[in-house]
Amino acid sequence: MASFEEIAAESQQRWEELTAGGQPWIRIGTALCGKAAGCDDVIEAIEAALQQNGVAAQVSQVGCLGLCFAEPLVDVQLPGGPRVFYGNVTPETAAEIVANHVAGGAPLAHLALGYLAAGESDGTVNSALDGIPDLNQHPMRVVENRVVLRNAGTIDPEDIHQYIANDGYHALNQALTEMSPEEVLEQVNTSGLRGRGGAAFSTGTKWRFLAGSNAPQKYILCNCEEGDPGAFNDKAILESDPQTLVEGIILAGYATGTSHAYIFIRHGHDGPIGRARAAIVQAQEMGFLGENILDSGFSFHLEVALTGDSYVAGEESAMMEAIEGKRAMPRFRPPFPAQVGLFGKPSNINNVKTLAYVPQIISRGGEWFAGIGHDQSTGTVILCLTGDLKYTGMIEVPLGINLKDVLYEAAGGVPDGKALKLVQTGGPLGGVLGAGNIDILLDFEILRSAGAILGSGGIIAANEDNCVVDLTRSLIAFCQYESCGKCFPCRMGMSHLLEVLERICRLEGVPEDLDLMRKVGQDMQAGSLCGHGQLGFNPVASALRYFGEEFETHILNRRCPTEVCSAPRFSPVSSRR
Amino acid sequence: MDGLKPRIADAMHRQSQPTVTVLSTLLAVQDELGFIPREAVEEVAAFTGSTINDVWAVASFYPNFRFEPPCLHQVEVCWGASCHLVGAMPVIEAALQASGLETEGDTPDGRLTLRYNTCLGACSQAPVMAIDHHLIGRATPESAKSRIADLLAEQNG
Repeated sequence: MASFEEIAAESQQRWEELTAGGQPWIRIGTALCGKAAGCDDVIEAIEAALQQNGVAAQVSQVGCLGLCFAEPLVDVQLPGGPRVFYGNVTPETAAEIVANHVAGGAPLAHLALGYLAAGESDGTVNSALDGIPDLNQHPMRVVENRVVLRNAGTIDPEDIHQYIANDGYHALNQALTEMSPEEVLEQVNTSGLRGRGGAAFSTGTKWRFLAGSNAPQKYILCNCEEGDPGAFNDKAILESDPQTLVEGIILAGYATGTSHAYIFIRHGHDGPIGRARAAIVQAQEMGFLGENILDSGFSFHLEVALTGDSYVAGEESAMMEAIEGKRAMPRFRPPFPAQVGLFGKPSNINNVKTLAYVPQIISRGGEWFAGIGHDQSTGTVILCLTGDLKYTGMIEVPLGINLKDVLYEAAGGVPDGKALKLVQTGGPLGGVLGAGNIDILLDFEILRSAGAILGSGGIIAANEDNCVVDLTRSLIAFCQYESCGKCFPCRMGMSHLLEVLERICRLEGVPEDLDLMRKVGQDMQAGSLCGHGQLGFNPVASALRYFGEEFETHILNRRCPTEVCSAPRFSPVSSRR
Repeated sequence: MDGLKPRIADAMHRQSQPTVTVLSTLLAVQDELGFIPREAVEEVAAFTGSTINDVWAVASFYPNFRFEPPCLHQVEVCWGASCHLVGAMPVIEAALQASGLETEGDTPDGRLTLRYNTCLGACSQAPVMAIDHHLIGRATPESAKSRIADLLAEQNG
C-alpha cells in the first residue's frame, strides 16, 4: 500500500492536470436541486455539442454550489483560466456555451452568472471576463464562510483524488501519525462544536461518553435521515463532498475508540446513497477504511444503512431500531445510547453536518473553529433557504449572523414586490417567526428563546399572500402523518390538533379551540418519548404567539384575511397506517 | 406467482452490505419487484431468521412498501412546507384531475400510481414532483397535467 505522501502527490498531480492541463473542464451541478432543474438534459446537450464541435473536454458531474435557484448550473474552466458559471442553462444555451466558450475560448457575458478566479488573483484584469461579475460578490456568496462546503460544487464527489488534492485526508493522516485519540477529542472539545441535527448538544461531551466505555464493540451512527421538508443540506453534503463526511466519521471513530460506523439514509434518495457508497469503496481502496489504516494499527469499518419512509427514524433511538431492521419507534431512555445503543452496544449518533466539520477542526485547530460564530454557538451554520425568496439555495454562514440580513441581503428578499409575512425555521417541529421578529441573531439559544429553533438549518419564507393558519395546518398534517404511533399522546394529539386546525381553516372554529389545542400540546409534551411528540406543538405555539390575531379572525369573524382558507382547501393527508 | 421466487431469492442474496436485516431485505425485494408479494414475506422471514409476524410488522410500518404489483408509472407530488407555500396544492389538484383519481392511489387501468410525498429533497426548486423517480422542479398545474396526460396516452410497449 502506498504511503499517504505518495497518494497525496499523485492526487495533486491529477488535480493540476484537470485544472491547468490541456483540456477545458466543464462541471455541471447534479445534486437534487440540479436534477429537479433538468441537469440530465443539459449534460446530454453538452456531450452532443462537444462532439459536434470536435472538442475534447473533461466533463464532471459535481454537487451543489449552493446557488440552487440558478440550476442547472454549468461551470466552464479553460486550462489555467478562471471558472465561468452559467445559470439556468437549457439544452439550447448549453450548445451555445460549448460552441463559443469551450470551443471558441470566448466566455458569453450575456449568459454568465459570474466567474471565480483560479487561485489567488494577481490583480491583472482579464479582458475576456468583461461584463461578467465576480461570483464571490454575489449576495449569496459574499456572506459565506465555507468550512463544510469548501469543496461543494468544485470537486467531483466520485473522485477521491480531487478531495485529497484539496487537503482531504490530511487531517486523518495528521491524527493517526501525530495525535492520540484524546488529543483529537480535545480539539473537538475546544472547538465548541455542537450537534447540527437540532438538539445542539456538545459534540465533545457526547464523544467523551462513548470514549469512556471499554466495551469491545461500539458504534458511530451518522444520521442522514433528513426528512424535514425545507432541509436538504445533509443530502447535499453527501452529494457534493462525501469524503469530507467519511473522513470526519473515521476521526470520530479514532477519537472514541470505535471500530464500526453506519451512515443512515432514507431509501429512495438515490443520489446521496450512490455517492456515499462510492465514497466508502474509494476510501477502502486508498486504505483510509479497513484494517490497520495508514499503518497506524487503527482499524475502522463503515457501511450505509437504509431506512424506509419515516421521519421519526431520524430520532436517535428510533434510528437504531431501523438499523436493526425493525419499526422506527423510539426507545425508553435511560439507558442512553452511549451505554446501550445499536445492537445493545454503546453508540454515538451524530448528524452529517456535525461530523463533516471534524476534518477542518483537526487540520486548523479547535481554537480556530471556536473563533468563528457567536457566544456559545461556535462555527458556521448551513442554511437551506426556500419558499418566497429571490435566491433559494444553500449557504454556509458564521453563526451569529442576523436573520434579517440572511433574508434580505443573501437571499435577495421576497420577489414580485411582495412583503415578507413570516419565516418557518428548524423543520416541522420548529417554529414560525413573524416578519417583525426577524431582526435576530442566528444563535442556538437566541432562536430557542424566540420560540423558533435553528434545527437542521431549514429556513422557509412566506410572503403576505400566505395564511398562517393554513401553514400551521400543513405542518401539523406532516407531524400527524409522521407520528410513529408508539406514544398515544403524540399519536392521538397530532390527529386532534389537525382536526381542530382543519375546522378553523373551514372557518368553523369555536373560541374554545385555541385553549383546547394548548391543552393537547401540553399533554403531548409531557407524555411522549421523543422529540416528535415533545416538540410537535411548537408550530402551533409559535404561530399563536406571533399571529394570535389571525387565528381569532378565522374563529370570531369567520374570515381568512388572506382569503387562502376562504376557498375550499384540499388536504392531502392520508391515513398512514 | 411461482415465477417470482427466484427473483425474490436473488434480491435477498444480492445485498452487499455487511448488516442484513428484515428491513434491508424487504427494501431489496421492493427494489427488485416494485412490491412485496405474499410469498416474499415468508421468504424474508426464513432468510432473516425472523417470524412472519416480525416481517409484517416492518412491512406495514413504512409506507414505501406496497403489496400489489406496481403500476406502469409512478408519479409523486410533494406537499412539504416549502412546496406547500409556493403552490403545491394546485399542482396536486391538477395531478389528481389529470389521472382521474380522488386521492393517492392507482388508476384502474394500472398505468399510473399517484403518491403524495412529504419531501423529495429538492426544496429550492419547489414545487417538486417526480415521475418514475425523475425529479421535476418548479412544477405548475399545467406542467403536471400535461406530463400525466402524456403518461396515460403513451402506447403500451
